[in-house]
Amino acid sequence: MRERYDMPFKGLVKYILKRAVVLYLTMLAGIYLTILVANMGGKVDEIILADLRTRVWDEVNRNPVYRALSGAERERLVNQIIENEIKRLGLDQPFLVRSIVYLRDSATLNLGRALFMTSDTGSRLVKNIILERLPATVMLFTTVMLINFFVHLLLGLHLSRRHGSLLDKVIVTLAPTSVLPGWFYGIILILVFYTWLHVLPGGGFVDTPPPKDPILYTLSVLKHMILPMASWIISGFFLGVYSSRTFFLIFSTEDYVEASKAKGLPPRLVERRYILRPALPSIVTGFALGLIGSWSGAIITETVFGWPGLGLVAYTAIQNMDTPVILGFTVIYAYLLMLTVLILDMIYGIIDPRIKVQFG
Amino acid sequence: MSQPVSDYGLKGVVRDLVSYKSGIVGLAILSLLLVLSIFALIAIPYNEAIRLWRGQESMWIENPRTAAPEWIEVFLGKRLPRTVVLDSRVKQPSSSKASLDIIGADMKKILITYKLKFDYDELPSEFNLLFYSNYTTSSPYLRLLWKKPNGEEIELLRYSLRSPDDRLYISTNNDILTKLLEFYTTKYPVNVSDRVTVLKLLFGKVTPESLSGGDFEVEKGEYVLSLEVTVFSKNDDLDAKLIVYGTVYGIAGTDHLRRPLEIPLLWGTPIALAFGLTASLVTTFLQMLIAVMSGWYGGLVDSVIQRITELYMVIPFLPFLIMISIFYRLDIWVLLMVVIVLSIFGGGIKGTRALVMQLKEYPYIEAARAYGASDFRIILFYIIPKILPPVVPGLISAVPGYVFLEAGLAFLGLGDPFLPTWGKVINEAYSNGALYRGLYYWVLEPAAMLMLTAFAFAFLGFALDKIVNPRLREL
Repeated sequence: MRERYDMPFKGLVKYILKRAVVLYLTMLAGIYLTILVANMGGKVDEIILADLRTRVWDEVNRNPVYRALSGAERERLVNQIIENEIKRLGLDQPFLVRSIVYLRDSATLNLGRALFMTSDTGSRLVKNIILERLPATVMLFTTVMLINFFVHLLLGLHLSRRHGSLLDKVIVTLAPTSVLPGWFYGIILILVFYTWLHVLPGGGFVDTPPPKDPILYTLSVLKHMILPMASWIISGFFLGVYSSRTFFLIFSTEDYVEASKAKGLPPRLVERRYILRPALPSIVTGFALGLIGSWSGAIITETVFGWPGLGLVAYTAIQNMDTPVILGFTVIYAYLLMLTVLILDMIYGIIDPRIKVQFG
Repeated sequence: MSQPVSDYGLKGVVRDLVSYKSGIVGLAILSLLLVLSIFALIAIPYNEAIRLWRGQESMWIENPRTAAPEWIEVFLGKRLPRTVVLDSRVKQPSSSKASLDIIGADMKKILITYKLKFDYDELPSEFNLLFYSNYTTSSPYLRLLWKKPNGEEIELLRYSLRSPDDRLYISTNNDILTKLLEFYTTKYPVNVSDRVTVLKLLFGKVTPESLSGGDFEVEKGEYVLSLEVTVFSKNDDLDAKLIVYGTVYGIAGTDHLRRPLEIPLLWGTPIALAFGLTASLVTTFLQMLIAVMSGWYGGLVDSVIQRITELYMVIPFLPFLIMISIFYRLDIWVLLMVVIVLSIFGGGIKGTRALVMQLKEYPYIEAARAYGASDFRIILFYIIPKILPPVVPGLISAVPGYVFLEAGLAFLGLGDPFLPTWGKVINEAYSNGALYRGLYYWVLEPAAMLMLTAFAFAFLGFALDKIVNPRLREL
């Protein structure tokens, strides 16, 4: 008895370890690819250098301390400053060396310093700039994703039991409305509830000035969350419910379900054991994919609503051409993706008996 | 898996499509969009579209800024002002020009009068005078006189031209505001509201109440603007164009740079269709091909493809795409290629691969192998036709995703640098505060086009899905 229980568990650990190593290597390859693309054969460095040159010249010319210097002296000073900056930014190494250094740094989440941006606490470390904003994104989009996931699942299950009803027909008819993405609904919602009706804020995280009282502060944040959340809930609703309903319907017309019904098993048991159980891996996949989607789709939605999350950091970095931040952002997303996939694999390992057998 | 249908010709599919309401609607919208695209390509050729859209502001100087489309009147129940252009160089009954030499001096008087009939319910948006003069030594000197329908005559300004093609922005000119206020406060000694503007005083019914309250009703009737010009040589001359900008324009309105929005709305159609369809078509077929190779050959090919698929899984699509389009400043067609490259190893592969591995064991494939058919022949004639039907609805349903991807990138400011697209219009509307200033038309028009396109493909996709997956029909 004990042995029968032990073996699959060992297999599971082996399987998870193997997946973790493979995924980590894959992620390193992904990050290296990102670095290669981002550097576009050193052109990013050129942009940075040109920018650096104008900035230093500008500073020296504007600084009254250097006004007395002659043209040649001033040029020498500028060149000195630029050289120091190049050393500080590590631009004097050959690209191959730099790319390996970048890779090592990225893999250890040592994402370097931003060129222009600072975090709200004043730090120039890319890691701080990005991680500081992660909670805002998670708070908004992971909440939405969880709401969507459970609403779609439960309503879909409910409709699969009584398909052909009026509600069912409405959902089926409206399913195509979900091709419009969340950010698009966001713009429409802002037009209606902010521009036209003036009942909800059109963007931002909290009222200005932020309320001092923590309860009022929370309420204000919640008020600002309504529209972005609504835009994603509306966008996902009809197709989400439709797919999960169709999915359950397909599972419930399988022969073994018919057989179990014919045996006279109670409907609840049939649903739990013969419909939900085999559908579980697909449901979990849907959950994980939703989680990933909620992070990467957030860039545009956060920009629309001015929500100070990861997406808005990316947008600001785009506007400022802040290469390290853009790179860091991609790396963090790669990490998040890898972790999601790994967790997904672990769950598969637990719920899918075939994997335990294979690695047992 | 339902039995894929392979005996479908194009005719059969269309006949089946028409039997679904969503199919009819989708086909109808799609045909409309196709007609629009063809019209756009013929009416405004590619280079012309770019020239019109990227041209200098002077190209559209006679258009109002951020003007709503004309049909908005239907909803507001008001007559909104159109733009009126009166040019002293053009013979027309409403503008006249006379010149008179001053005897004994090398000088000339020129009198330009514009008669302006104004019977709209709202004030114009701007009021400009553009001068066209040639002079040698001293610049022309002019006096501006304004006569309202009720007979009030006001001297607006005395002015020396600063350059031969000087412009006078009457609606924002502070000297004119001072003159007008001087005129009216001597007439009605009240405290003047700070919401009073030049345009309100020029075109409004001025009463003590409106002057102190700041809200003016439009005074309808004929206005006369006269320019008394003195030029300091007999060879000098001056002409002027008066532009009274309305608040509505054309069928689609204008943006903050006075450009008519029908250009991007029209041109957005072929771009969106081409982008969405190409991306979806190429991605779907390449994905299918890769999946077939992976499933059919197995072994090394399969594991390489599987590893690449996993690599793709950890590369974040949107951030990566954004990064590439910033660093390389892509135009829309290169962007399209990058999108395709970034999606070919995407999610669709696993499902199709599993299907191919199933098919591999089917007797008819074994039979083909037995009679010596090449891999190429089996893949092309026996496997692809079998897996194609379930792939097609997905292909059609994926189109809106790519259309919105382009729009979303354009919204982030990463769109094509030259071509006008719907996403770019939304981006410009957004960054110029259309959402906050209540310029609904500016956002809703491109949004409506995007929605039409998205729904056309979504409806078609749903109908096709039912046709090729008969099982869905019963559900």
